[in-house]
Amino acid sequence: MDRRRFFVAGLAGAAAGCARYEKRPPGAWRFLTAEEARILEAACAHIIPEDRDPGAKTAGVAIYIDRQLTCFYKPLQKTYRQGIAALGRDFADLPTAAQLARLRRLEQDPATKAFFEMLVAHTMQGFYGDPRHGGNRGRVSWKMLGVASPPVRGRA
Amino acid sequence: MKRVNAVVIGAGAGGGVVAKELAEAGLSVVLLERGKWYTPFDGRKDDLRNQRTTVLGNAFGPDDARNPRVAVDLQGRAHLVRASGPGYSNNAACVGGGTLSYGAMAWRYMERDFRMRSTYGQVAGSTLADWPISYDDLEPYYEKAEWEIGVSGDDSGNPFRGPRRKPLPMPPLAPNREFEILYPAAKRLGLHPFHIPMLRNSVPYNGRGPCMRCRWCVGFACEVNAKCGTQNTVIPKALATGNCELRTECMTRLILTDARGRTAGIEYFDARGRLQRQDADLVVVACGAVESARLLLNSRSALFPHGLGNRYDWVGRNLQGHCYTGAFGILPEDVYDDLGPGASIAICDYNHGNPGLAGGAMLANEFIRLPYQFVGMLPPEVPQWGPEHKDFMRRYFRRTVAVQGPTQEMPMFSARADVDPTVRDYWGIPVARLSGDKHPHTIEIGTFTAGKAEEWLREAGAVRTWKKLPGPGFTGGQHQAGTCRMGDDPKTSVVNRNCQVHEIDNLFVIDASVHVTNGGFNPVLTIMANAYRASDFLIKGWKGTRYR
Repeated sequence: MDRRRFFVAGLAGAAAGCARYEKRPPGAWRFLTAEEARILEAACAHIIPEDRDPGAKTAGVAIYIDRQLTCFYKPLQKTYRQGIAALGRDFADLPTAAQLARLRRLEQDPATKAFFEMLVAHTMQGFYGDPRHGGNRGRVSWKMLGVASPPVRGRA
Repeated sequence: MKRVNAVVIGAGAGGGVVAKELAEAGLSVVLLERGKWYTPFDGRKDDLRNQRTTVLGNAFGPDDARNPRVAVDLQGRAHLVRASGPGYSNNAACVGGGTLSYGAMAWRYMERDFRMRSTYGQVAGSTLADWPISYDDLEPYYEKAEWEIGVSGDDSGNPFRGPRRKPLPMPPLAPNREFEILYPAAKRLGLHPFHIPMLRNSVPYNGRGPCMRCRWCVGFACEVNAKCGTQNTVIPKALATGNCELRTECMTRLILTDARGRTAGIEYFDARGRLQRQDADLVVVACGAVESARLLLNSRSALFPHGLGNRYDWVGRNLQGHCYTGAFGILPEDVYDDLGPGASIAICDYNHGNPGLAGGAMLANEFIRLPYQFVGMLPPEVPQWGPEHKDFMRRYFRRTVAVQGPTQEMPMFSARADVDPTVRDYWGIPVARLSGDKHPHTIEIGTFTAGKAEEWLREAGAVRTWKKLPGPGFTGGQHQAGTCRMGDDPKTSVVNRNCQVHEIDNLFVIDASVHVTNGGFNPVLTIMANAYRASDFLIKGWKGTRYR
């Protein structure tokens, strides 16, 4: 085996686990319907709200989750479909207090608790994680925390 | 396949060293690795996909699709777990093994770590025992590992360490802000802080440059190749001899034995999935504690109906990693300086001699945290989501310091890596089945050291602190050890003091599986040192043609 073959093998490894994000026309969602996406965005916006710094909505957390649902989180498609349905079709149009009440109910109900906790974890990933996966748009969370980005290299 | 002198299964910390030592001694060696060989150019900085944060998969293997395991919970229910998921006890599968992406702390165990039973007596419910070898037996090989593979740091301020003949080959990296704050605080408490020894270039060494201090360190392959693993030190040296052939993406199915009960070679699936046979004069198993036990147990035959080395049912027993406990503290001002590797200062004051406790742990400040990792570190009273959660992240990400350490565990016979009777992997090989619990005394020790970590942080000026306490369940993971215990008595161990399986003189296990106890430290330097020592024995025996 020569060096080149190792290199090619390595590249393949980096993309493994999920070959590549599916292409999509601009503005469209990969897995979610437009209606589901609107509900998901509204829910995520409570998990990490906008204040003086951008929140989940500006960071594109729903885009992160939508992408993963066609990729590494593909096995969770059904769970998400059911979970979003449990939030209710009218969720995005409810007043803030009513949305929060519904989220708290989801958090406490043993039937939906696991979904809610997963949604919180995925929202954190989409907000604080790497922008290459679709969330943390414009590195907004890293800017909020004051973490150098792009990183400073070559210091000693 | 052409017959060779030695097959080494697993190109990690142990296998890499053995391959190099045997090849340099003139033996023909085949080094098999189930993963790939990554280069520094594959060092992608992905906060969500690396070896520490695996929510989008393992960066350096094993992959989820082909390598399931079964984990049994404390209620006795079996769960199928994937390689990047919780409960799997993963260690990387690639050339270099865990050493490609580790944090690279390079600890020598202390003298008493080899004599736990003599020091503390019997601990009820534990298989606590002495190693058959001592610190002094290993000392020359610790030194060899430090100089050949490369360690930076300065432990001259640590009065608890065992004697060393030579200092470390490289100076420590310049201190980061956490070091500057924690050092005087430890001194005020009468403790003995010092620079952590690390398998990382701080200055040019072995033809590679120094650390550039980026924040993507533990869990990642080093972009500038400054971390010293077996993949960029001993394995290239082994290949350069011309005596060693490295075969990647090769999954070993079983070890073959002949009619006289000696090892004849192995069967493995190559990168294209074809079953191959490799005959050899001797076989070295170095797959990590879980996979080494699995391979021995899967190699059943008429002569060895319970698997190799398993006559007395000790293979896979005493599975142990480290129970990490410690504390977090919020300081009055920013401490985050974006300087990797982050972990810089340690104390060994609480490894031994703790009143009423059979051991302890080294305590060190934690590796530099990535933003997503901080989500999992918040104090229990902070809400899991919503405006307060976000505000806590924003206010305290740059002000939080973590101090923690690996509790030396009380080994348990019931904590084990077995093979599952029904579940098979992609190649049709029965998978590992992990089960067992932590010894209650391990939890007591971990709780004690967490309190000491909290005291240190308070002395450093922390205005608010909270503890990371031990939970139930066995440990394993990257520090997995203990499953093929080393000992003089064949009835209570799997290999002898030279890592030779008791019943089979040409079969060796050379990785953390042989650790009797696992120290209150990261185990990698001990794995490497013991691999040098066992190789020495093996080569001496070879020159007497004992294995042919």
